[in-house]
Amino acid sequence: MKHSTFLLFTLPSLSVMFLFIAIPIVSVFIQSLHIEHKQVIIVSENCDPFGCETTTSVDTEASAKLKEKAPLGKFNGFKTYSNRMHFAFDEIGEAWNSSDSFIVFVKKIYNYPLYRALSFTLTYTFVVTPFVLFLGFLVALGVNNLPKLLKGPTIFASLLPMIVTPLVGSLILFWMVDGDGVIGATLQKIFNDNSLSLKASPVLTWVMLMVYGIWHLMPFSFIVFYAGLQTVPHETIEAATIDGASKFQRTRHVVIPHLMPLAIFITLILLMDNFRVFEPIISFRAEAHATSISWLIWNHLRESAYPLYNAAGATSMITIFCVGILLLPVLIRTWRDFNEKNKG
Amino acid sequence: MNTKIENKLTPVRIIAFVFVALWLIVAMFPFIWTLWGSFKVQADFFSKADWANAIFGFHTEKQTGNFFTIDGYYGSWIEEEFWRAVINTSIVVFFTVLISLTFGTLGGYALARSTYRYAFWILMAGLIFRAMPHMTLVSGYLQPFFAWNVWGILPTTIIVLVAINQPFTLWMLHSFFLNIPKDLDESAMCDGCNRFQAFRYVIIPIMWPGVITTGLFSFLLAYNDFTVTSMLLSDENETMIPAIASFLGTVQEEGKVMYAVAAVVSATAPLFFLVMFFQRQIVSGLTAGAVKG
Repeated sequence: MKHSTFLLFTLPSLSVMFLFIAIPIVSVFIQSLHIEHKQVIIVSENCDPFGCETTTSVDTEASAKLKEKAPLGKFNGFKTYSNRMHFAFDEIGEAWNSSDSFIVFVKKIYNYPLYRALSFTLTYTFVVTPFVLFLGFLVALGVNNLPKLLKGPTIFASLLPMIVTPLVGSLILFWMVDGDGVIGATLQKIFNDNSLSLKASPVLTWVMLMVYGIWHLMPFSFIVFYAGLQTVPHETIEAATIDGASKFQRTRHVVIPHLMPLAIFITLILLMDNFRVFEPIISFRAEAHATSISWLIWNHLRESAYPLYNAAGATSMITIFCVGILLLPVLIRTWRDFNEKNKG
Repeated sequence: MNTKIENKLTPVRIIAFVFVALWLIVAMFPFIWTLWGSFKVQADFFSKADWANAIFGFHTEKQTGNFFTIDGYYGSWIEEEFWRAVINTSIVVFFTVLISLTFGTLGGYALARSTYRYAFWILMAGLIFRAMPHMTLVSGYLQPFFAWNVWGILPTTIIVLVAINQPFTLWMLHSFFLNIPKDLDESAMCDGCNRFQAFRYVIIPIMWPGVITTGLFSFLLAYNDFTVTSMLLSDENETMIPAIASFLGTVQEEGKVMYAVAAVVSATAPLFFLVMFFQRQIVSGLTAGAVKG
């Protein structure tokens, strides 16, 4: 295909991606280097027969002028990255010096929002992903053993948790585990403890969010594995059976190696999707015990009357950096494959 | 493969049955429960005393005189004006899918037919863009959108959703067009068509299966989005998902949780039918990138 034709065909697609994905990333970076102007404050003293009062008011005109002169705010360098909302370097140094044991130190660090969010996001990603892979594989094996008539309805029912909007899906579960909901109330009865609440305990909140994550993404790995199982070569299985391999051995030594490329593909998609976990935290109203990086950015933008663009920008850049690290192995692999293909 | 030995009930098969049955209960029960409960009053749906109340509607009968009540639906759709959100969602979803597919087919076709190295780099960039958490992008939009005064309106959201959708659409249509033999459009070009004519008269008539599959996923992305729509739309232009989220803030305190439950069921119903009618396309779409490789 000629270069010019290629450009014409891809132009609309490339330009929207450039304008709304590439440029925002740059703009986020610039945002993160600046800090909002301080409001210009006027202090005035009002005296009346009962005494004098000092009042402070915002000089809107001067503030607006300042904003017009430099709409991005004051240049702040990398200070936003090191403040207590983010890496909190000073605070960590202090915590290190003042803590007498490592656990105390870790507990102190956990109080800073970025570390809090990172610890949940990473735990979530690395717990949910293997569970989803493993359970999805088991269900795929199970469905593969079902009579043909039952397969269709099973796949239909399995797709629902994944297709449903994350916010809505997690709300549905949230109402069920509510103290008055069907699962919550039943658990209270089983443990005979009326104050038992999945929402009040940090550990249970984490578990609940991860259970939701597994429920939501398992259909994806199930479907892909199930499709993969249809392509396992019959001859190899038969040969293994003739050689006396048991069902387990056939699965272990024939089926699993065959599905390995699929497992890598699923892992990649799961890592990307789990890392941006956000909606369940809103639905479960879990922010007291569990926050994710996406939630943190959302909170910076929503928390106060004025969105904290610099904080949101810095958190976003840190997120993008983490995503880069997650993707690096895949990118290197693809690059190698591509080069080999071109050589051969 | 359907020999007799294959169909015998072995312990392994029984375990498989039980396991799949368990999964089906876990997958389906929340939906059935919520659908049924949405026609009850709050005292039944959130019944601490006895969960059977939610099934038989003990309080519902007492309060309304019938086992079933559509109060929740009336309250959310009419009183809280959920229908506005439904209309907004329809507009956003329709245009997002339409524009995504138009851009995506053109781009995906070119990427599949180009033999140059930059096509690979574009796909790689797409993969990286696909991995960007949407929230990071949204934080970059707000300032410029406020400055240009385009924040809060539907067209802005549509174009942003199209952009976020593009990497995935490109990848999917790219691998779909790779499966259409090159000879088809090349022979058309031998007969004197230029590239656009070949695309128009040879490729467009046969591309619909792939386009429909991709369209389903674009639909899901636009329909399910919360991050972009909640940050970029003003209150009167709200779509369904952020509307449900804001229900929670206002409705919960007034003891009208059932409004939110009804809204949730209303938002899930279209997806239910989507899976019912397009199950095969969704499955093939999910596996397209993976199995072929």
